[in-house]
Amino acid sequence: MATETVDLGTVPDSWTRRHLLGLEELSAAEITLILDKAMVFKRAIVQGQRKIPLLTGKTCVNLFFENSTRTRTSFSLAARRLGADTVDFSSSTSSLSKGETFIDTAKNLEAMGVDVVIVRHRTPGSPRLLAENLQCSVINAGDGPHEHPTQGLLDIMTVRERRGSLEGLTVALVGDIAHSRTARSNIWGLKKLGAHVIVCGPSTLVSPRWAEIGVEYSYSLDDILPRVDVLNLLRIQFERQYTRPFPSVREYAHLYAMDHHRLARAKSDILILAPGPINRGVEVTPDVADGPQSAILEQVTNGVCVRMAVLWLVAGDGPRVDI
Amino acid sequence: MSSILIQNGRVIDPSQQIDRVTHLLIRDDRIAGCDVEPDGEETVIDASGKIVAPGLIDMHVHLREPGGEEDETIASGTAAALAGGFTSVACMPNTDPPIDSQGTVEFIRGQAARADHCNVFVVACVSKNREGKELAEIGQLVEAGAVAFTDDGDPIYDPELMRRAFEYCLMFDKPVLNHSEIRELTGHGVMHEGLTSLILGLPGMPTAAEDVMASRDIALAEATGGRYHLMHVSTGGAVDTVRRAKRRGIRVTTEICPHHFTLTDENLRSFDANFKMNPPLRGAGHVKGCIDGLVDGTIDAIVSDHAPHAKEKKMQELDQAPFGIVGLETSLGLVITRLIEPGHLDWSTALAKMTCNPAHILHIPKGTLQVGADADVTIIDPKVRWTVDPTEFRSKSTNTPFAGWELTGRAEVVIVGGRVKFDRR
Repeated sequence: MATETVDLGTVPDSWTRRHLLGLEELSAAEITLILDKAMVFKRAIVQGQRKIPLLTGKTCVNLFFENSTRTRTSFSLAARRLGADTVDFSSSTSSLSKGETFIDTAKNLEAMGVDVVIVRHRTPGSPRLLAENLQCSVINAGDGPHEHPTQGLLDIMTVRERRGSLEGLTVALVGDIAHSRTARSNIWGLKKLGAHVIVCGPSTLVSPRWAEIGVEYSYSLDDILPRVDVLNLLRIQFERQYTRPFPSVREYAHLYAMDHHRLARAKSDILILAPGPINRGVEVTPDVADGPQSAILEQVTNGVCVRMAVLWLVAGDGPRVDI
Repeated sequence: MSSILIQNGRVIDPSQQIDRVTHLLIRDDRIAGCDVEPDGEETVIDASGKIVAPGLIDMHVHLREPGGEEDETIASGTAAALAGGFTSVACMPNTDPPIDSQGTVEFIRGQAARADHCNVFVVACVSKNREGKELAEIGQLVEAGAVAFTDDGDPIYDPELMRRAFEYCLMFDKPVLNHSEIRELTGHGVMHEGLTSLILGLPGMPTAAEDVMASRDIALAEATGGRYHLMHVSTGGAVDTVRRAKRRGIRVTTEICPHHFTLTDENLRSFDANFKMNPPLRGAGHVKGCIDGLVDGTIDAIVSDHAPHAKEKKMQELDQAPFGIVGLETSLGLVITRLIEPGHLDWSTALAKMTCNPAHILHIPKGTLQVGADADVTIIDPKVRWTVDPTEFRSKSTNTPFAGWELTGRAEVVIVGGRVKFDRR
């Protein structure tokens, strides 16, 4: 194994946050810092480094009150690659079923000596509630339809890697915008880095109010497709819809599924992302999902790198580390 | 015979269009008159620089007893009322058991008498067990002392029940108060539906949910001749609907809470459950619509919708935390600071909405300084600057969004039935 020095140094003075609750509150410089550090980790991993022990002795707990496989695994891997210990906590086995409040559960875990709480919860604002009540770092791994900052970061990292810069790109988020935390984190991050953002989907899931914060909205994928550089196909969040916002999945797929017919009318270098888990045949057809324009698997790889960068920035203190 | 002379105060009694510096004499439990000269009264209160008003009335409070004593009791809630300057409150029937029987009405009146703080008027259930199905025994509830009827906590949902309530209450000349909300539209909502709810990803409660039921109830009031009181109006649309109904001579009145003319949905950006109430905090345009309604008289009364919740209930995820905030001890300060100081309302108009107007809606013999009236008087220091400190609340609960706010003006002395029940001096 090649030994080289990855010059990360200590956490830069420009990073002052103990928590990562959302991308709305971050500056463009802070987002860029995370992405730059994520690239450093990615290069090290690509070069074969499995461990970069910047968080040795730290403990991260995955406090997941909603189901997740991908995000929880990605955070666990990121923490372990940094040398941290990880503990998983899921609500089905917890005292919550015995009536303990969410804050009490988190305080108990903290009292056991936890440095970082990675929280996923159905309710917007829950990570903030924890951040206000705990001493340790809190990372939002998705709070209802509000934000999922590391998902937004990994999407943006993937675009940045392929295109170099976000400046001037037109990025369309397609699908269930109303219930998508991924959409919200992407909107903030993309806008701050200079991209033009379009939200596109059925009118019951795409509010015209997005225009009030400078986001274009459209109900027709076919109309916007020819001028889109990046397409991010969001999953229909059936589990968060209290009432049916469109008549049938069939009709949705007819209007919005990205298939080879639509691909033929898009820019030849269009980049296709999907935060997953994808409903194949609903948001995107298999030939497109697995085609050359798709960056879906790169997103997953980048997810680990972005989470390593975030964990290190919020919890790291160490000096330069030789690996 | 006991007597109190309140000297040199600015006596403002909207019920008689009085607004002048004078003395006010109380003899025993009655108002004896203005413009009298000192004559060896037992108690003399110097009210120089102060406002002497009829005892304030809050016609929409939740005292939680029976059943919710961890949040508030009749004793603690009425103590909070006194500290807020109120000599009378009307309590809502969403207790456990609900106030749908003579026995419960008598229990509440008994608890209020034992606490001996301020007057408590009972608003009883429209429907048995507050279930929205059959009318409660309204006639017997009236005999027990209920002054109005509502299923507050929930809307009176069935339009047929609402119609019957209007018709039946006509017989006793009692108003029907309704919380206006189409539940299919509000769904799992926790806040106003608007740009802020969109950004925060929180389920919204559209204004139409309030407007639609307000329009329905006005139509039913018109059809029956019943007396309709729209509770805690919060949308510009509902204010305008009431305005037009009043012009057409329909018997409709309405009320507003201080938070609805003070705060907006943007306050929810903090995700603090103390900004979660129902109706929710609306957008700035609705706040303006409500202030317009206060100014032109469409909105008759100002109420706190005092809704105490123990801290552990509010300190939860936003969807779990209950709706509502305490308000008795901040209401007057917010009226002065946010309506009178900026010039939206003059003192007399503002005080009318906290004295004679609610008295008139509930047909209770309160809210006036006429000779012979009950000696309920609130002396207000209109200039004092103070900071809202929930740890000083008399209420058992501290769920206020106004902690740390600096307000102008508050009650200094509160006299109920000729006895000084609260004195901050």
